[in-house]
Amino acid sequence: MSEQIDVDITVPNQTKYLGMIGKIGESLAHTLGHYQGDREELAYHLNLVLTEALANAICHANAGDPTKEVRVSISASDEDLIIRVFDQGHGFDIQQLAKLKVKETDESGRGIPIIFKLMDQVKYLREGSVNILEMTKHLH
Amino acid sequence: MRLNISEQNEIVRIEVQEERMDAHNSGDLKEQMLQLFDEGKCNLLIDLSEVRFVDSSGLGALVSGFKNASAREGSLKLCCLQPQVRSMFELTRLHRVFEIFPSSEEALESF
Repeated sequence: MSEQIDVDITVPNQTKYLGMIGKIGESLAHTLGHYQGDREELAYHLNLVLTEALANAICHANAGDPTKEVRVSISASDEDLIIRVFDQGHGFDIQQLAKLKVKETDESGRGIPIIFKLMDQVKYLREGSVNILEMTKHLH
Repeated sequence: MRLNISEQNEIVRIEVQEERMDAHNSGDLKEQMLQLFDEGKCNLLIDLSEVRFVDSSGLGALVSGFKNASAREGSLKLCCLQPQVRSMFELTRLHRVFEIFPSSEEALESF
C-alpha cells in the first residue's frame, strides 16, 4: 500500500522553534514505513536540514524580524520526501551560496552547503511575495 | 545554554549540558568562551558528552573558540562526541581542524 504523509506548520520567526521543527523531521524518519536505508542517519539528516533551512529563513531571509513567520511543509511519499521552507524576505542567490568555498576556519557559511550535501535536489523559488526553499530527497 | 565550567591546572573544562547546539543557543557558548579569553584563560576543553545534535552554528561557535585560543597561543580541544555529532565534524571536514578525544581524562592529559 502506498503511503503519503503531509505536515504543514507555521511558527513565529524565532530560533527557539528550531528544536521543535527538527524533532518533527526525526519523527518522520521513523514513521516512513517503506524506507530501507539507515533510519537513524536519515533522522539526524532531516533534523539537520530542517534546522539549517529554518535558521537560514529566520536569521537571514527574514532578518531576525520577530513579527514575521516561517512556514514549513513536508510531504513524503514512497518515492520522495520534499521539504519546503517559506520566507518573507528579499531572497538570495542559493547557487552562489552553495558554490562558496568555506575555509576550515570560517565561522559561518556551512548551512546551505550542508543542505546541498544531504539532499538530492535543492531549489529556491519565488512565488508572489514569498520565497520557497525546496529540498527533495529520494527515498530509494 | 546550560554550561558547567570547571578549572584544573589552568585548563578550563566546559561541559555543554544541552541536547542541542544550534542557532538558538550556540551564541551563548561563543560569548562564554570570549569572556574566558578576556580573563586570560586560553586552554579550553569542550565536553560534548550530553550533546546529541549540532548544526552549522554550533560548529561555528567552536571554530570561533578554536581561532581565539590559537591566537592567544592556547588551544581548544573537544572530547566525548556522540557518533552523530562526530559525523557532523566529518561531513564538514572539521575533524581535521580540532583535536578530538574519546574521554575527558585523555584530553586533559594532552594539554
